[in-house]
Amino acid sequence: MTVRVLVPTGMLGGGFPPETVARGLDLGADVIAVDGGSTDSGPYYLGSGIAKTAAAAVARDLRVLLRAAATAGIPLIVGSCGTSGTDSGVDWVAGIVRGILAEEGLSLRVATIYSEQQAADLKEHLQQGRVHPLPPAGELDPETLESCRHIVAMMGHEPIAEALTAGADVVLAGRATDTAVAAAFPLLHGMPAGPTWHAAKIVECGGQCTTNPRAGGVLATIDATGFTIEPLDPAVACTPASVAAHMLYETVNPFTMREPAGTIEVADARYTALDDRRVRVEGSRFEPAAQYTNKLEGARITGYETMSFTAIRDPHILGQITTWATLLRRMITTWVRDTLGLGPEEYALDIRLYGYDAILGDLDPDTRPPREVGVMLLVNAPDQQTATAVAKVANPLMLHLPTPDMDYLPSLAFATSPAETERGAAYEFVLNHVVDAAPTSLFRIHLEDRDAYGK
Amino acid sequence: MRTVNDLSREVRSKNAGPFWVTMEVFLHDAAGLAAIAFLDERVIAELYRVPEGDVQIFRIPSLNVVKISFPRPVVQGSLHDRDMHAGQHHVPLATLPLPG
Repeated sequence: MTVRVLVPTGMLGGGFPPETVARGLDLGADVIAVDGGSTDSGPYYLGSGIAKTAAAAVARDLRVLLRAAATAGIPLIVGSCGTSGTDSGVDWVAGIVRGILAEEGLSLRVATIYSEQQAADLKEHLQQGRVHPLPPAGELDPETLESCRHIVAMMGHEPIAEALTAGADVVLAGRATDTAVAAAFPLLHGMPAGPTWHAAKIVECGGQCTTNPRAGGVLATIDATGFTIEPLDPAVACTPASVAAHMLYETVNPFTMREPAGTIEVADARYTALDDRRVRVEGSRFEPAAQYTNKLEGARITGYETMSFTAIRDPHILGQITTWATLLRRMITTWVRDTLGLGPEEYALDIRLYGYDAILGDLDPDTRPPREVGVMLLVNAPDQQTATAVAKVANPLMLHLPTPDMDYLPSLAFATSPAETERGAAYEFVLNHVVDAAPTSLFRIHLEDRDAYGK
Repeated sequence: MRTVNDLSREVRSKNAGPFWVTMEVFLHDAAGLAAIAFLDERVIAELYRVPEGDVQIFRIPSLNVVKISFPRPVVQGSLHDRDMHAGQHHVPLATLPLPG
């Protein structure tokens, strides 16, 4: 008995050669699983409930995958829909799926699983002592929950398995662990937890565990004693090193990884080349936890931002760029106080010297004078009008500010007109906590009728 | 002067969730792994100006890899975060001179 999991790409909307999916079906895929989200692009997507990916890119990928699922009669599972897995993200992907099913005349039963949480419910959990911090976070206070625009809980495999058991052909999940998406079907069909969870971690980024991550996804074949992994593109290889190295990717600890139901332990895993492009993995374990937990993610608004961008090429200014930037900050602070009546505690500034030290700041090992510098001013204020007003007060300085030893006014190189760009609300991640729960208690599963779509 | 980069196939950094950064040094061989044995919690703490007690280091001889994780000093996406994916923060590590 084996279960074969096809993962076409690391991110729905990322694209893949359609023939790699056809090859996966030829190899006997039992399920297609794909991740639709991540926190990796920042808090905006959770805070706003808007996806990072373009609808057209998501539709292009889904059209191939829905056709494949219908042709082979196997389920399609999408996790963390709409980047952050908010209810709006699930509905956004469901709308795209509905359109494709109608256009293609496909009769597939769709389940949606919602993972968004209400602050009031979580405050109840908090009061009952069921919410715990993860390092480096501290104890949670109820006001933090209230301040979030959106809060999601990360589901394990159980809600997905429940939707499949109820008869879903297509499961569109809200926020889920990257691994749950690939683990749900094999676990439902009796595959052992150790190899299943380890395989799910290895395949979660599609071709990332191969020698050519841009050539499409992978197929994991799970059985009673381990799993075998191979790329979907016949010209690409998995090697013991490429597979083992994927446990390093975006993880704090390369040997253990916590899931809602327990911990994946791979310190004793053995990676063996079956041939020049397939790898066998055995010895992975899964240790059930005493308490089932779901991780929470939340984002709140920190203010509203306006950005301005100018640039400097004059070697005289570049020779003393940090002196110039210090003067710029001081002058902006003074002019904002004199014109807008705002003290420095009523807004926040970030002045970034791109081309000098914008990325690493004072960690930068290289302090040579730059050849060209882009000066980004980011203003954060309690409302958009104030942020833009500060940026506009700064505008003449970003155009004409000299260094202290210059007796004339230079004119610097603004990148755009207008110089200011309103960025809207700015967000920050504020939750890094887990909540004690039963495996499906925080999630709402909705199974649609097969005939909800145009036949 | 020889650096960590000179011993490595790749040095990389990335977020491990919004609150952690993780880095990997992929050494060419076991000799390279031995040569960067000096990379300990204290060296990393000084290089990245983070508390020594927050630094986690994993050495993986089977892959000739050293992996380093610590909490992000600036939370991802906040006003003063200049590296959303923490994908450029390997540079101080990669350019670190080897001792001796």
